[in-house]
Amino acid sequence: MHDVNASRASKTYPHLTASAVLVNPVGLHARPSVKLTQCAKGFAARIELALAPEGPWTDAKSPVKVMRVKAPQGATLHFRVSGSDGEAALAAMLALVHDGFGEA
Amino acid sequence: MSNSGNVGIVIVSHSAKIAEGAADMVRQMVGNAVPLAWTGGDPEGGLGTNVAGILEAIELAWSPAGVAILVDLGGAETNSEMAVEMLPEERRARVVVCNAPVVEGAVIAATESSGGSPLSAVQRSAEEFYA
Repeated sequence: MHDVNASRASKTYPHLTASAVLVNPVGLHARPSVKLTQCAKGFAARIELALAPEGPWTDAKSPVKVMRVKAPQGATLHFRVSGSDGEAALAAMLALVHDGFGEA
Repeated sequence: MSNSGNVGIVIVSHSAKIAEGAADMVRQMVGNAVPLAWTGGDPEGGLGTNVAGILEAIELAWSPAGVAILVDLGGAETNSEMAVEMLPEERRARVVVCNAPVVEGAVIAATESSGGSPLSAVQRSAEEFYA
């Protein structure tokens, strides 16, 4: 049911994008991946991330896919968000990265 | 408890240490938002799994949203399937044995569950490791 809403939302809402540099020492390893997906799941918006502004894009709500990105420290994480709560979702993602997922 | 609505996670390993350690990882990485139980070893303290222990773990982690079981090798899977068979009929359809690695699968399943996802999504997410 969530997927249906997300795809409907993406037709109505524009994509919002922003990026942030990974500051925590181990990058986007297991624990930060879990935190990121948990946070992403709290929003209705479709949230994707990538290591480059042109993608490839990864579903930020999938813990397995996020871990497979294997983003190292110093990498720039790009976010692409669309949905009714897209702005709040984007802000929450950026805040997580900026404070090193609470472990920096 | 506030977490009782989320899908429960059961960890079944031949080794009690592995099962307990995997449960520790779930608690530390995902938090307390999911019902969680583990079982491992035979009643004498050696390696193995047993149906009674698995049934107990399912009971501990029970949630109206269902329970996802993560297993390691052979007997863990067959004993888990046997335990599911022995559940009351109304519970049987709400328990799945995931085809996923036990440690990683448990963390991912719990992550999915902590977001309030239904049992099918929890299973799908854990099984993405072999996809």
